[in-house]
Amino acid sequence: MSAVATYTLRLGDDALVAAQRLAGWISRAPELEEDLALANIALDLLGQARSLLTYAGSFDGRSEDDLAYLRDEREFCNVQFVELPNGDFGMTIARMLFFSAYQYLLYDRLSGSADPTLAAVAARAVKEVAYHRDHAVQWTLRLGDGTDESHVRMQAALEACWPYTAELFESDALTREVAAAGVGVDPGTFSPQWASFVDGILKEATLTVPVLPARVTGGRRGIHTEHMGYLLAEMQYLRRSYPEDTEW
Amino acid sequence: MVTAEEVRELVAAVPDPEIPVLTIGDLGVLRTVDVGDSGRVEVTITPTYTGCPAMEAIRADIETSLRRHGIDDVSVRTVLAPAWTTDWMSESGRRKLAEFGIAPPAHPARPALGPAPGPAQGPGPGRVPVPVELAVRCPRCGSFDTLVVSRWGSTACKAQYRCTACLEPFDYFRVH
Repeated sequence: MSAVATYTLRLGDDALVAAQRLAGWISRAPELEEDLALANIALDLLGQARSLLTYAGSFDGRSEDDLAYLRDEREFCNVQFVELPNGDFGMTIARMLFFSAYQYLLYDRLSGSADPTLAAVAARAVKEVAYHRDHAVQWTLRLGDGTDESHVRMQAALEACWPYTAELFESDALTREVAAAGVGVDPGTFSPQWASFVDGILKEATLTVPVLPARVTGGRRGIHTEHMGYLLAEMQYLRRSYPEDTEW
Repeated sequence: MVTAEEVRELVAAVPDPEIPVLTIGDLGVLRTVDVGDSGRVEVTITPTYTGCPAMEAIRADIETSLRRHGIDDVSVRTVLAPAWTTDWMSESGRRKLAEFGIAPPAHPARPALGPAPGPAQGPGPGRVPVPVELAVRCPRCGSFDTLVVSRWGSTACKAQYRCTACLEPFDYFRVH
């Protein structure tokens, strides 16, 4: 695969797996309005994933469905962060805060890409992600600066997510290549902005930025957590069971 | 042979499947209509949201409508750039929305959410975060005394509000 195709696939897989996880809240959210909010955020992410996978697949003749439903775990290159189980509501909000803050900075920069398709997807998506980030910020403030119980659980959620966030900002030969070509963004270049945004929100929410030396890596190379196989089994089951029905 | 203008009129009149009081012309989802030398009609549309599930239905409705008028050679393409904004909604569209009970988007769309000028440096001066919202007018009683209940409503492009004057809930078509 070309560098652009692989880079696009990474972004698409992040969005797809994050969407699949969030969709798991449908009918289970704490209140009806929140159910609608999480479902619609998942829908936005799924839309981004479809555009990105369609583009990634166009390089070697695969469809978005081929990429979403017919690859095995080791062929997915999403960060491990997005595949973690939803946990409690605090855990979901912590992940959405970290992930949407990352996606916002990424898409903002990517909208200036020399690749017209990536630029168009990013320019469309950054407006959606701005709302996702706001949603996560509002809940982080409420839960962090809420009751003793909500504060403790929100802080625990931050600590649980934190070791996985470093992978979002990993630079490697591929990100450097697409960045040098003006096509992609090297995520390491905007991690300071991400950290200062997150710091500000957590401070306002009376929460503490976790200090954990541990960090995980591997998702970009197809190494995933034990949760990924279960997620794919649920997501891919129908398509694989009914291979004759061509389109999902 | 039909002219591009005649075809455009037919296509623009196709109702939006989720908000049927609006046509896709009102909504600004219809981009271009071209008629080639051979009579082949090429339509481009753009989604209000990347994941808008109505796009497939809109494509099918355009093809059906043109076929009913004897135009069979049709291709409908979806384009993402430039990204749709609520500023593309027509004045008559805004009026029809309000009459239908959905508060139309306050306009213009926030410049805050446009592309960054010059090299992207992340949020900076002049780039206001999303929560800045003008008061939304209740489409039923006209009061500005309204509360946001949820930033997402029955579709990804709408938020839920409640009027504290007449106490009725309503949808608000979000600015973006």
